[in-house]
Amino acid sequence: MAERILDVKNLKINFHTYAGDVKAIRDVSFHLNKGETLAIVGESGSGKSVTTKSIMGLLASNAKVVGGSIMFQGQDLLKKSEKEMQKIRGKDIAMIFQDPMTSLDPTMKIGRQIAEPLMVHKNMDKKKAMAQALEILKLVGITNAEKRFNNYPHQFSGGQRQRIVIAIALVCYPEILIADEPTTALDVTIQAQILNLMKELQEKIETSIIFITHDLGVVAGMADRVAVMYAGQIVEYGTVDEIFYNPKHPYTWGLLNSMPTLSSTKLEAIPGTPPDLLDPPKGDPFAARNPYAMQIDAQKQPPFFKVSDTHYAATWLLHPDAPQIEPPAEIMRRAEIWREIQEQEEVAKNRRAEAMKHADAE
Amino acid sequence: MKKYLLKRVFYMALTLFLVATITFFLMKLMPGTPYSNQEKMSPEQIAIMNQQYGLDKPIWMQYLLYIGGMLHGDMGTSFQFSNQPVSYLISSRIGASAQLGIQAMIFGVFFGIIFGSIAAINRNTWVDTGVTILSIIGKSVPNFVLAVLLQYYIALKLGWFPIADWGGFAYTVLPTIALGVGPLAETSRFMRTGMVDVLNSDYIELAKAKGLSKFQIVYHHALRNSLIPLVTLIGPYTVALMTGSMVIENIFSIPGIGEQFVKSILTNDYPTIMGVTMLFSAGLVAVILLTDIIYGIIDPRIRLAGNEG
Amino acid sequence: MEEKMKLRPEDFQALEVKEELDAEKIAAPSLTFTQDAWRRLKKNKGAVISLFIILFMIVVAFGSTPFVNRDTLVRSQPQYANLPAKIPGVNINGFNGKAKVGDVWVDKYAQAGVSKDKYFVMGTDYLGRSLAQRIVYGTKISLIVALVATFFDLTIGVTYGIVSGWKGGRTDNVMQRIIEVISSIPSLVIVVLMLVVFKPGIGSIILAIAISSWTTMARMIRAETLQLKSQEYVLAARTLGQSPTKIAWKHLVPNLSSIIIIQTMYTIPTAIFFEAFLSFIGIGISAPETSLGVLLNEGQKNFQFLPYQMWYPAIVLCVLMISFNLLGDGLRDAFDPKTRR
Repeated sequence: MAERILDVKNLKINFHTYAGDVKAIRDVSFHLNKGETLAIVGESGSGKSVTTKSIMGLLASNAKVVGGSIMFQGQDLLKKSEKEMQKIRGKDIAMIFQDPMTSLDPTMKIGRQIAEPLMVHKNMDKKKAMAQALEILKLVGITNAEKRFNNYPHQFSGGQRQRIVIAIALVCYPEILIADEPTTALDVTIQAQILNLMKELQEKIETSIIFITHDLGVVAGMADRVAVMYAGQIVEYGTVDEIFYNPKHPYTWGLLNSMPTLSSTKLEAIPGTPPDLLDPPKGDPFAARNPYAMQIDAQKQPPFFKVSDTHYAATWLLHPDAPQIEPPAEIMRRAEIWREIQEQEEVAKNRRAEAMKHADAE
Repeated sequence: MKKYLLKRVFYMALTLFLVATITFFLMKLMPGTPYSNQEKMSPEQIAIMNQQYGLDKPIWMQYLLYIGGMLHGDMGTSFQFSNQPVSYLISSRIGASAQLGIQAMIFGVFFGIIFGSIAAINRNTWVDTGVTILSIIGKSVPNFVLAVLLQYYIALKLGWFPIADWGGFAYTVLPTIALGVGPLAETSRFMRTGMVDVLNSDYIELAKAKGLSKFQIVYHHALRNSLIPLVTLIGPYTVALMTGSMVIENIFSIPGIGEQFVKSILTNDYPTIMGVTMLFSAGLVAVILLTDIIYGIIDPRIRLAGNEG
Repeated sequence: MEEKMKLRPEDFQALEVKEELDAEKIAAPSLTFTQDAWRRLKKNKGAVISLFIILFMIVVAFGSTPFVNRDTLVRSQPQYANLPAKIPGVNINGFNGKAKVGDVWVDKYAQAGVSKDKYFVMGTDYLGRSLAQRIVYGTKISLIVALVATFFDLTIGVTYGIVSGWKGGRTDNVMQRIIEVISSIPSLVIVVLMLVVFKPGIGSIILAIAISSWTTMARMIRAETLQLKSQEYVLAARTLGQSPTKIAWKHLVPNLSSIIIIQTMYTIPTAIFFEAFLSFIGIGISAPETSLGVLLNEGQKNFQFLPYQMWYPAIVLCVLMISFNLLGDGLRDAFDPKTRR
């Protein structure tokens, strides 16, 4: 079993608004293993960003943590004071934001911006911090780093700026890197570069990544595990293969269905809109948009049903008494691939066992 | 950049030339002669006076002489103040006005920045509400009303500062406050809005994510970014201070340009009116140019654009 | 897990779809822009109170014309000179006809031999004229100045801005240079020059303010027009051959309306201030006419002995200014989507 570096349990967060309390996060639990990349996927408003902000201790002033815990290095981050969180932010847990065009201070030279966390967290003097900042700037692939070190943000392109933002996040070699839609604002070609860079740096710096996105396409090449969020709850989680090829929750089906693939001829949108979290529905929040919804969905929230050791999904369809239904064609196609993967794994496993037997025999 | 500056200076000169021309012909439109005791003078006396002031020449000639004189700093002779050259009247009085104006600007901008920042940092608290109410009042109460109240209650009743006249620093305190409250209120409102915007920006979020303390965030990131747009206010403040000086100097009997200007207007002293008009216009034009240059220096984004253009 | 056991087979019946699902459905009730702005404005207590104060002042100032006008203004009654405020039924020192002389409150009305049933709610000035009447009249002048300044802002300023922004190119360049020259001259200087040339009075003041007040509006409208011009719907209207005037009325003005409203609300207090300022230093409105500035000037001379003569017009002027500023802020917050939260 891998070492759990972050463990979020039963997190509940409300937002106080004039209209009432918006229940943005409703009992969310997940964990992050050391060295892995966990992708949190969901549409806007599903609570992905709020979840990560609560880890950073950067919730808006009208947000209130109603319950739960976030364990990091044996301590609950939710119980820490602002002062204590300042020491963790940027040092142990760092963050990359969505829009590189606006994430950098326009009036400060980028070298200084990268060096700032070092001066704050490692008590380095300016000269030493600047030297180290220059190193990391080279590491994130800014060409001609010495010269550009003293440039202002507006002198860089969007992709370069995102590299600088990554440099700022990684300069203290954090244990956890939270990337909140880091490629959404970028061109597709630049997206791939940034994703590759992140993977490359993950190995070099040995950090674990929480990757927030609404784009399942980005997830495939990036993540080890995936958690799918809907209406402030996680509805399904598993390894990347399990989610992509053996999804169990109708919402995940919908997401995969709406993602363009080489073989797809028509994209299926998920009908309707997410429920109003001011007054969340009593049963399964996805029921209203779910073509496979059952009576029970309207009355009771589904618990998590185990699919495998690593794969869980919260849908009544997995209940033993539930009728067998036929998932959309795209999902059937994926299930086919899943069977192949399973078979290959089976073969591989057998081969390994065989080899072991042979080894034992000899 | 050089080309840009030259172009700007050219437009400045053109503007001032137009102002001079317009002022000159407007003054010529004025009914009657400018001598206060005209009724008592005989036609001969008037003719002599006209000759003395060059008013007997044809208008185009007067105009050329006026513009020519302007070019080497000669603004003509005052009608009212025992034949003193206007340039002397102005230069002997500009010190007091400039000191007052600069003090009021510093007072207003400095406290405005502090109040505005405090309000923005404590947004939606009673501190914020308090600053907002004060700045609305500061913006709404005319400075001459405030000046009269300060003069009566602080100087006359409490005796903390001199009631009027011009001497040491103590004499400048009340007029500075009266003049500076307007800019203070405006700065604080502007600063609050700007700072709230900046504090909601992504780069402040990133600064928080870096683990910077609240003070470090405000001091290193928020303050500088919200100060930059403040530069655009210098122009309007200059106008406000010029306007204000007319009435504040009058109330506190300060021998400055503004007080002189009002006197000249009330006595139809055209050369002085024209001279002060030119001075005010030149001052404003210079300040506007200076503002643009300062803006270019402190905002790195504009600096680059300037270099390219 | 136990709960699971209690489930009945009916629970797994398909759920009927109750309504047509619409991906484009917007949950919140839709409001037009103006409705939305109005709703936000109503929430702003300061702005609403200010609006009522302004409406009240307008009604009183203009409604009083039959009773307070030029004829009543010049009617001096020296026997009533410098009486303090006396309000029927009020017995608070300072508002009951008594004034402080030295350390004692003296009934000034009795001293001057004024009949018992004569009341001046805000006292009288040095010529025995009712201060309340003069303040009402002065407020009317302030409001007229504000109205006229607004009118010029809306006509010259908006038109100039739209034409400059719409035409672009050389026309725009020339028009912008003109504005630059005008705004390089402190508006005070323009106003003073106008007042020196023409006879001081309400006409010249209004003309002077009109000439100097519209440039800010023109600049803002031009900038916005430039942006709107490149919007698709305007482009569409142009390609379809709509006349520029029609486009201006149908597409530009409605979209410029919020800027126009906000900017107007800043012109008004400036104009009111200017009139008061000029009259105060003695180059604006002068006797026998009166305005808040004139009253302040007169009151200031006697401030030490008869402070009410300055306090009352000062308070009215300040309330007027604060109300317009608060309403302006309220409208800005209501109309500017950027400040929506």
